[in-house]
Amino acid sequence: MNVVIETSNIHKIYNETKVPVHALNGVDLKIEKGEFTAIVGPSGSGKSTLLNIIGGLDRPTEGQVEVGGQDISKLNDNQLIDFRKDNIGFVFQAYNLIPVLTAKENVEFVMLLQKRSKKDRDKRVKELMEAVGLGDRMDNRPAELSGGQQQRVAVARALASKPTFVLADEPTANLDSKSTKDLLDIMVRLNKEENITFVFSTHDQRVMDRARRIITIDDGKIVSDKHID
Amino acid sequence: MNTIIKLARRNIWRNKRRTFISAAAIMFAVFFAIAMASVNKGIFDHMEQGMVKSFMGFAQIHSNGFWEDQTLDNAFIYDESIKKLPSKYKEVQDLVPRLESFALASFKEGTKGVLVAGIDPDKENGLTKLKDKITQGEYFSNQDSTVIIAEGLADYLSVKIGDTLTLISSGYHGATAGDNYIIKGLVKFGSPELNNQMVYLPLATAQEFYAADGLVTTLVVDTDRPNKIHQTVAKLRKNLGETYEVMSYEQLIPDLIQARQMKEAGQTFMKFILYIIITFGIFGTILMMIKERQYEFGVLTAIGLKRWQLSLVVWLETVFIGFFGVLLGILISLPLVIGLNTNPVELTGDAAAAYIEMGIEPYIIASTAPELFYNQAIIVFFLVTILGFYPLLKISKLKPVEAMRN
Ligand SMILES: Nc1ncnc2c1ncn2[C@@H]1O[C@H](COP(=O)(O)OP(=O)(O)OP(=O)(O)O)[C@@H](O)[C@H]1O
Ligand SMILES: [Mg+2]
Repeated sequence: MNVVIETSNIHKIYNETKVPVHALNGVDLKIEKGEFTAIVGPSGSGKSTLLNIIGGLDRPTEGQVEVGGQDISKLNDNQLIDFRKDNIGFVFQAYNLIPVLTAKENVEFVMLLQKRSKKDRDKRVKELMEAVGLGDRMDNRPAELSGGQQQRVAVARALASKPTFVLADEPTANLDSKSTKDLLDIMVRLNKEENITFVFSTHDQRVMDRARRIITIDDGKIVSDKHID
Repeated sequence: MNTIIKLARRNIWRNKRRTFISAAAIMFAVFFAIAMASVNKGIFDHMEQGMVKSFMGFAQIHSNGFWEDQTLDNAFIYDESIKKLPSKYKEVQDLVPRLESFALASFKEGTKGVLVAGIDPDKENGLTKLKDKITQGEYFSNQDSTVIIAEGLADYLSVKIGDTLTLISSGYHGATAGDNYIIKGLVKFGSPELNNQMVYLPLATAQEFYAADGLVTTLVVDTDRPNKIHQTVAKLRKNLGETYEVMSYEQLIPDLIQARQMKEAGQTFMKFILYIIITFGIFGTILMMIKERQYEFGVLTAIGLKRWQLSLVVWLETVFIGFFGVLLGILISLPLVIGLNTNPVELTGDAAAAYIEMGIEPYIIASTAPELFYNQAIIVFFLVTILGFYPLLKISKLKPVEAMRN
């Protein structure tokens, strides 16, 4: 089996506060290629903290994170930026897109940073924008798109760099039910057809229902891990 | 790189109002800095030029020690070998001889100390266009034994053309000199200093008056290459040796040069304040820009934009706003500068009197020297570059997770 994410004994303690917050208390997790995994749990349970650490946006206080076999705690800040650029696609809760760039340019952005050829970029932007059903909105700025459309562009952007996996922290939290369904349809299809690995957190039961694996955390610990077939 | 430029360019127009307000602050400061420097330079350039072109020349040759001790005892013989000198230097058109000294001029009850210049009327006219400066009466020739005096002096003594002016002085080797001359013409000088005390005599008449037959005190270098005057001076110095001193115009009008330096020093303080305004204007913009865009900066670094690339985006935006402001400042200053350059304003009344008192011509004239304008661009670029370190510092500490927490 092809392991893309492996964490061992992750602890995260926030020390900036008066009372240190133990956000993660020993998380061991293994995610394989092609999974479609939801991380669920009550508010404050540590979902975002875990996703940030897996995504190399934050560092654990203790424990190891390997992505595609590489120990990312060994990378310095700059190497980490490059690592994220080439290996991880991010979809945040909202305001994912750069307001001054068009949808097309937002999707193209990471590929420009990767110095991919124009031909290559154009082809992939078109493919992805069509895959998320926005082939006709390429030249619109984010402000001209609905929240759901913006999240779809964000998914397209996350995939543009051909990442090892896509991380999405509550990607549907700001969407109505129709947009939520559309976004999930797209994610599910990309997962099935292109075998893209998705890891996302959610509160939303309708989103959990679409997941094929549900990891529940509470108080910074994994309390259940279910595979659904 | 193109991506970075594109981001910067788009961001500038994202908040148009702020871009304009920031640029406007810079524009006003630049406008005042230019207006101030341009008028100052204009006035002093004009005076220097006036002094140099209407009297001093770009360089002068004297017998060594004359400038320190301006007496006729330091005069020298104007002989054939000196008359042939100009032909040896292609940059020297002519060497214009003068016998310069002091005298008391009186008419009826009025008496005033004056500067007497015995001149070769043709050569002098070739150098200073003295003939064109005649406002009343006529120019004289070598054979005349009449005087031409400056208007200011004529006013002071209440003399007019045809009146007889009495000159008293001490001549060469202490001889007493005194004679009467009919006033043949009046000349007008811009420089108050010249206008209040010049008296011209034909060279031969002056030599006779001062009992200094065949002597001159000064040779004014008439050159068609004033830009190369320092080389010319050096060359003349080398060839003429110890017997003579060769001085460039800066040495001949040290008071003016010093007055200029003092005025410029005073303005440096004003400019300093203006640039502080610019600095705070830009800094305020940078602060707002960084604060507003925290989240976006977080997203950008999260998805792979390096910190230096992000800093460069912000820096380019700041540079652009800076240059935009400078450009606007230059544009709005142009009408004023060009207007005052082509149509100097002549001061009247008390203001004029105060200027004349200080030895400054009562004109407000502006200089259009290009450096006045591009210096602004250089300074603002410098400021922006320094200020650019602030976002660099902020961004180098930026943590995407924190930046994106609302
Ligand atoms: N920067 C921080 N400093 C201090 N405490 C923090 C910080 N970030 C998160 N926490 C705390 O860590 C715990 C886990 O937070 P986290 O954001 O990971 O929870 P979450 O499961 O994503 O919650 P939600 O569902 O509300 O998004 C919480 O108690 C939170 O208050
Ligand atoms: Mg969260």
